[in-house]
Amino acid sequence: MTAAIPVLAIGLLDVMWIAIGLFVLFGALSFVVLSLTWLERKTLGRLQRRLGPTRTGPMGIIQPLADGLKLILKEDIVPSSSERAIFWSAPVLVIVPAFMIWVTIPASHDAVLRNLDLGLLYIVAFAVVGILGLVLAGWGSANKYGTLGGLRAAAQLISYEIPVIMVVISVAMLAGSLNMREIVAAQSAYPYALIQPLGLVIFFIAGLAEVGRTPFDIYFAESEIVGGPFVEYSGAHWSVFFLAEYINTFAIAALTVLLFLGGWSGPFLSENWVIVWFLLKVYAVILVIFWIRGTFPRLRIDQLMAFAWKVMVPLSFFTILITAIYKFYEWPAWSLTLMSAAGLLAVGYAIYRRMVGPAHRVAQVRARQKALREARLASTQSPGGTTNVV
Amino acid sequence: MADASSETIRSGEPIEMLLNMGPQHPSTHGVFRMVLWVDGEKIVDLEPHIGYLHRGSEKLCEGEQYHQVITLFDRMDYISNFNNELVYCQAVEKLMGLTVPERAEYVRVILCELNRIISHLLYVAAIGLDAGAMTPSLICFRARERVQTVFEAVSGARMMHNYFRVGGLKEDLPENFEDMIGELLPLLRDDVEESDKLLTFNEIFLARMKDVGTISADDALDYGLTGPCLRACGIDYDVRKAEPYSVYDRFDFDIPIGLDGDCWDRHYVRMQEMYESLRIIEQALAQMPSGPVTSSLGRRLIRPPRGDVYVRAENPRGEIGVYLVSDGTDKPYRVKVRPPSFCNLSALKHMVKGAWLADAVVILGSLDIVLGEVDR
Repeated sequence: MTAAIPVLAIGLLDVMWIAIGLFVLFGALSFVVLSLTWLERKTLGRLQRRLGPTRTGPMGIIQPLADGLKLILKEDIVPSSSERAIFWSAPVLVIVPAFMIWVTIPASHDAVLRNLDLGLLYIVAFAVVGILGLVLAGWGSANKYGTLGGLRAAAQLISYEIPVIMVVISVAMLAGSLNMREIVAAQSAYPYALIQPLGLVIFFIAGLAEVGRTPFDIYFAESEIVGGPFVEYSGAHWSVFFLAEYINTFAIAALTVLLFLGGWSGPFLSENWVIVWFLLKVYAVILVIFWIRGTFPRLRIDQLMAFAWKVMVPLSFFTILITAIYKFYEWPAWSLTLMSAAGLLAVGYAIYRRMVGPAHRVAQVRARQKALREARLASTQSPGGTTNVV
Repeated sequence: MADASSETIRSGEPIEMLLNMGPQHPSTHGVFRMVLWVDGEKIVDLEPHIGYLHRGSEKLCEGEQYHQVITLFDRMDYISNFNNELVYCQAVEKLMGLTVPERAEYVRVILCELNRIISHLLYVAAIGLDAGAMTPSLICFRARERVQTVFEAVSGARMMHNYFRVGGLKEDLPENFEDMIGELLPLLRDDVEESDKLLTFNEIFLARMKDVGTISADDALDYGLTGPCLRACGIDYDVRKAEPYSVYDRFDFDIPIGLDGDCWDRHYVRMQEMYESLRIIEQALAQMPSGPVTSSLGRRLIRPPRGDVYVRAENPRGEIGVYLVSDGTDKPYRVKVRPPSFCNLSALKHMVKGAWLADAVVILGSLDIVLGEVDR
């Protein structure tokens, strides 16, 4: 794992420090995942007017530990027809990239393992590797649902990688750097959400699709392909996939905060405590993700792909275009806000138009219902009833 | 995993993959099994397998006395028990020429309409889960729980009530029934409205349901679809209006219809039917007279005269028919049920062919089958 970090010309002491840093990072991420599972269950519970976990500890706070313990103690079942090597290596291929992304995501000025100059490129590059694990998991388990899920994952994640990269490029153009710390520093005056709202929306939606959260949880849709690539996994290996999923969810929320919401910058707190702002913002984004999960149904795979290629990709090119115009002519910042908001409104209007269509149909239905009712009342003398065919 | 030995049908298309959905699949609504021939994500062909829940209910009826058969009808469509009890009791009453006391008829209507609402609520919960939304299911189950508490107070059981009797009811309503239902109805209306707002006009839900599983009115009639599935095609056929039974001719209610006959129209029809049912209940409560709830028959063993009878009624899922043959003894000679779920399910293949894999789940959900009734 450590060899993947481009710091090869280093002494033994450095290696030790890197190892310690990785351990700390892993511990922090594990804690984050535990908190996220608890928070998700509680949030969904409250959204659905129920309590969520209550029995394990105060407010069910040690429920994640109980769940983790249960999963570790469970028997690991390997399907007899599976490809053993692929089946076992797939969870590793999913968790390692999810974990490696965090090497360069800063939580504050100093709370980062390695602040790479090409940080954004590194993150985007590693995020794609996880797809391979999902495809292999589906294929290796020799299950048709798994295979379908793996292929869905490949199609979905690769398609949504493009808008993510495009929006990331537009942010890099604005900040003039791929270094996360400098991108946050560039937002000290105002967060990029204010001048590039379209970028924020694209990044957030495509990010949801990247991590397979509702409404894009298509590749493991429980009601269709019963868990997709994970269908044959059980126990600890299954939990590894979900560890990766939550780490990725947290990463997407963190990137949204770092790229668009001003990172750790905020009032009231001294330099040493800005990480609190970062965590507050990230958890706020996470709550929005959970809120969406409690509200929306799931898209269909063809609708998802159409949305990616017909809406998200052109829009993401549009963000690059307007950012370039803004940078080239050195217009004031509000001009970019205007252009970006115009794009956002255009898309919003298009979606609104699609929603109005069925409302018209309802009016038609009501009219037809009324006509049929009057016809029935007029012919009420005939017992036995008549059927009216349209 | 697909069952390679299932080679009963062959389509002309090249078969890319044979996918087995069910009987242990989260969204086959029980123990239904679909063998799908899929070309990537497209469904080339489908073979439905039923019978996993076959208990021989119709044959069992022949071994039971007339009143004991009611429990078997409870267990056919186990989501709408009161409606099933009603149609059987009406069949025996018609055979014997019994008149049911007014109050009993009103109580029956109220309970049946409440049952229609919670049956449709279960449908909403299921279609929500099928489409990937989990919150409506919890709202609907909370509402169902409230109604079932009332059912328990009335009949002693949350489901499988065994409350209707030939010629009336087992006993009168509990004394505080008026209060209970007065408390219940506003809450129930709230819950129905909440699930309606959450799901019906949701953009993603519309995308998933609109123009999916479309069936034309002619095809629907050919397949013998009834209930909301037929009305979604624009045909306003409802047994409660077409051939009013019990006291349904005394209430003012509409028959909700759709236009296109797709999944969303079926959903919309069911949503509107819940509001209509609430209207019926309110009217019935206002009109309900006092008086006896059992006929002069009392609790004696009944022996209907020789003969046969066919009675139909509107269940939440469609038109249920009961054909009853009596040979003059204390047990029916033959009981044949025309189950709405079974007839609706027969159109599944027609709707699913050429659809996406994810659509199959939604289409099956929008047909709203109950396997206990399909297999009997």
